[in-house]
Amino acid sequence: MWRLLSRPVVELTEILQLSPSVALRPEPFGALAYHFGNRRLTFLKRPELVQVVSSLNGTDPLKDVLQKCEIPEPNWDIFTKAIASLMKADMIHSLSPGMTSQKEPHND
Amino acid sequence: MTETFTAVRPTGGTLIEQFEFGLDAPICLTWELTYACNLSCNHCLSSSGRRDPNELTTKQCEDIIDELQRMQVFYVNIGGGEPTIRPDFWHLLDYAIAHEVGIKFSTNGSRITPEKARLLAATDYVDVQVSLDGATAQVNDPLRGEGSFDMALKALTNLAEAGFKDAKISVVVTRDNIHQLDAFKTLADQFGATLRLTRLRPSGRGADIWDQLHPTAKQQRELYDWLLLNGEGVLTGDSFFHLAAYGEAMPGLNLCGAGRVVCLIDPIGDVYACPFAIHDRFKAGNVLDGNGFQEVWQESELFLELRSPQTGGACSSCSAYDSCRGGCMAAKFFTGLPLDGPDPECVKGHSEDALLDPNRVIPLASQDHSRASARKNGGPIPITISRQVPARFCDEDPLTESAALNSVTT
Repeated sequence: MWRLLSRPVVELTEILQLSPSVALRPEPFGALAYHFGNRRLTFLKRPELVQVVSSLNGTDPLKDVLQKCEIPEPNWDIFTKAIASLMKADMIHSLSPGMTSQKEPHND
Repeated sequence: MTETFTAVRPTGGTLIEQFEFGLDAPICLTWELTYACNLSCNHCLSSSGRRDPNELTTKQCEDIIDELQRMQVFYVNIGGGEPTIRPDFWHLLDYAIAHEVGIKFSTNGSRITPEKARLLAATDYVDVQVSLDGATAQVNDPLRGEGSFDMALKALTNLAEAGFKDAKISVVVTRDNIHQLDAFKTLADQFGATLRLTRLRPSGRGADIWDQLHPTAKQQRELYDWLLLNGEGVLTGDSFFHLAAYGEAMPGLNLCGAGRVVCLIDPIGDVYACPFAIHDRFKAGNVLDGNGFQEVWQESELFLELRSPQTGGACSSCSAYDSCRGGCMAAKFFTGLPLDGPDPECVKGHSEDALLDPNRVIPLASQDHSRASARKNGGPIPITISRQVPARFCDEDPLTESAALNSVTT
C-alpha cells in the first residue's frame, strides 16, 4: 500500500517529456527503458505504452498524447498509473509549472 | 529444430513468460576479456590461467562494443581470467563507457593500485567487483591462492580511500565459508561495499572440487534462511533460485536466463549460453563469424532451442517445480545429470540417487587454459567471473516493471 501512497499523481493536463537520460530499446513485448543516470531498467510491457511514452514530446498535454495514440478513454487510468510510476523512477519529467514530479534519489 | 518455432510468444503476461521466449538483445551479458590470470583459483569457472593465442585484438573488442551499442546492450559484466591483465583493459573501459556501454568488471584486486582506484573513482558508469572467497585469509587463501586475501583487501582499501562508492565484494559460497556470511557482510559494510553471493558451480575447474566444496544440504538451508533475513541488501546474481523450492522465492528472476536474457562472450569471441556453461554443448557461435554477435544472439540454433518451451522432465510431478524450474542447467550438465531432471543440489533431495550412480559420467572439458600446476586432477588455473543477476520484479503495475540494473545484471 505504501507504494500506492508514495506514487506521484499525474494530471491529464500535464506536459511531459521522456528524460534525456533514458533510452528505449524495442523488444517483442514492448520495450526496455534504461536510465543512464540511476541505472534503472524498466520493462514497458505493452507496445501501446511504448507508443505513448515515445510520443511525450514536451509540448502536448498528456490527454492529447493519449488521444493521438488512440488509447481508449476507459484505459487512460492504467496508462496514467504507468506514466506516474515512470515519473517516480525519473524516466519521465513534467514540464508543467508547479507539477514537479517526485523523484527517487539517485543511487550512484 | 523446427519445433522451436511452433511456440508463440504470448501477448502481455508476466515478464518471466516473456523472458522465456528471449529478448532482442541480452540484458545480462558477461564478457570474459582474457583467459590469462595471475591466480589459479581451484573453482575457476573458465579454467583460466594462460592467455589464449587467439584472444580478440583491441580492434575486434572495439567492434564488439560498437555492436553492443547498436543493440542497446546498456551494461556488460567484464571478467576473465583477470581482465586488468590485458594491456588495453583501461582503454577498452573508456571506449565502452564512451559508447554508452556501462561496465562492471570482476577482479582479484591485484592491479587496483591507488592510482587506478582514483581513476575508477573519477569514472562514471563503472562498477568494480572484487572476488573474495573467505572472510579471513585462512579460509580464502587455500581456494584462491596464497596472499590473495590481502590482495583483495588492499584493492578494497585503495578503492575506499580514493572515494570509489559502492564496490562489490563477490563471494562464491562454499562448504568452507558458509559460516562466515555475517562476517562477509560486516567486511562489506566496513568498506562501504555491497556483498554479492553466488553459487559454487561445477563448471571449469569447479568440476574438480565441487563434490568436496558445495554446501551440504544442512548448509543450503542455512543459506536460504540467511538470505531471507539479509537478502535485501545483498546481491546474488539470481544464483540461488534452486533454493526457492524451500518455499519462498529468492530475489531475482527465479528463471534460468541462459540464452534468453543472459549469455557469455569468451576471450576468443565464442558465445556461450551463460557464464557457467563454457562447453561446446552450449556454444552458440562466434562473434567473428557471419554477421557478428547480433546474429548469434538472435538466430543461433542453440539459443532458439533454449527459448522454446522446456519440459520439466523428471521434475514435472514435483510440487516445487514452479518455484525452482528444475534449477541450473550448467550445474546439471557438469555433474553428468540429465538437463530435464533435478538440479544436483535439489533441496528436495531428488538428485541424491543420480549423484550416487556409479555410471554417472562427468563431461570432459572442451577448453582448459589452466596452467600446468593448477589442476587438482592434473590440469590448469584461475579467477572467478562475474555472473549476472536479476531483479526484484514486482507486479504492482500491469504495464511496467522496474528494477535497478545493479540488481539485474550483477
